[in-house]
Amino acid sequence: MREAPALVALRGVDKVYSNGVQALKGLDLVIREGELVSLLGPSGCGKSTVLRLIAGLGDLTRGAIEWADQRGDIGFVFQDATLMPWATVFGNIYLPLRVRGMPRAEAAPRVERAMEQVGLAGFGNAYPRELSGGMRMRVSIARALVAEPKILLMDEPFASLDEITRFRLNDDLLGLWASQHWTVVFVTHSVFESVYLSTRILVMSARPGRVSSEVLLETKRDPSFRTSAAYAEQCRTVSARLAEAMA
Amino acid sequence: MNSLLTKVIPPTLILVVGLAAWEIFVRASQIPVYILPGPIAIVQALVRDWATLYPSLLVTLAITAGALAAATLLGVTIAVLFAQSKWVELSFFPYAVILQVTPVVAIAPLIIIWVKDTATALLICAWIVAFFPIVSNTTLGLNSTDHNLLNLLQLYGASRRQVFWYLRLPSALPFFLGGLRISGGLALIGAVVAEFVAGSGGIQSGLAYRILEAGYQLQIPRMFAALFMITGTGILIFVILTLVTHLALRRWHESAVKREG
Repeated sequence: MREAPALVALRGVDKVYSNGVQALKGLDLVIREGELVSLLGPSGCGKSTVLRLIAGLGDLTRGAIEWADQRGDIGFVFQDATLMPWATVFGNIYLPLRVRGMPRAEAAPRVERAMEQVGLAGFGNAYPRELSGGMRMRVSIARALVAEPKILLMDEPFASLDEITRFRLNDDLLGLWASQHWTVVFVTHSVFESVYLSTRILVMSARPGRVSSEVLLETKRDPSFRTSAAYAEQCRTVSARLAEAMA
Repeated sequence: MNSLLTKVIPPTLILVVGLAAWEIFVRASQIPVYILPGPIAIVQALVRDWATLYPSLLVTLAITAGALAAATLLGVTIAVLFAQSKWVELSFFPYAVILQVTPVVAIAPLIIIWVKDTATALLICAWIVAFFPIVSNTTLGLNSTDHNLLNLLQLYGASRRQVFWYLRLPSALPFFLGGLRISGGLALIGAVVAEFVAGSGGIQSGLAYRILEAGYQLQIPRMFAALFMITGTGILIFVILTLVTHLALRRWHESAVKREG
């Protein structure tokens, strides 16, 4: 497989929190353009820390983060939808553009398009509390998309959703990824989710967190894949790697 | 509509029964009117003395409204300053507490001596009582912004000003309104207490002075009439502020949204 150019690389990264916990030690990883990379590992392995460091939220203790060119726009989706309850769906998605000083009227077509992309067309005037958990997560994803980020960082975005909603959102995410040619880094603790979504899985081990192994996956995906033998086989492989990492 | 009726009818019924029982009790046991007047005597006093009571009501209302406005303006300003830096908050918050815990009756005489204009002195006293809930609630609100939303704005490269206007201020709104509702009642209490301490006569006298005056003259029905006017004013302030809170939060805040199910 031809390797795409690197978008961002973490080199020898250590992270020690102020309470003395060593979250990461000597972590090396490269994210390439157009990849959908999953960071898979047990809780407390520093998966979320990696995302936060890439996003520039928090300082490295040692090591470096190298961007191919300058750090571009980043989209971030948290585990909770993290919406502003006082703002409408439109207002929430408009936020990143508003921060950039784009007038509301000028931003409107882009916000509308982002809403369409995640299946929220017509919900612009709804308030977050009027939406279901899955819909709120869609708003959160639309907010991350509206600024057309170079890289989309997702921190266990579907972990708190029910399985049916999660499957739907998995497929929608894959569809968007295929059509928009994004680079996505996806943190999860679910083997099944990581195998279903990713082009590459980085299995992490805990205390201190580092990448213990890497699994490359074929990229063609559709809903029938979920029930295929290949899927089951790959899940078994990744589960074994995860078990090694946790041993 | 139905819920409005169930909210209005029971308390009204209690009121009517209570007033009737009061009137019957006063008449049956022949209590003199200078000890305990019945409701009818009080209403008669209210109508008869309206010409003096009404201007007094306006004086008390003006002081209360002025104090509440000042408490809102200064309270929010102080809370915003507190929210800018932990050091500012830690340095000045104790003094806000000191101002709050010192009984207004105890410092009102000093303020009345220091400040020449009585109306201003009364306003300051009422302000002292009213401003703390707004400061403490708004400060809490400004510091209660969702951390992930703060992270998100940092990620977008938002300025401090943007973080304040887009995030901190709206998330503080329910807290501020909660404080405002408490302060509304306190401003009235502060104004009345200060009026009692000042006790000044003349034309610019509020309802508290009317109560004192009626007491000296053993005009007990008029005393009750003035007392009811103060209570009515307090209820009116509460209702208005509750309505404001509801209108401001009805679309998004859990406290104002009807539960379904």
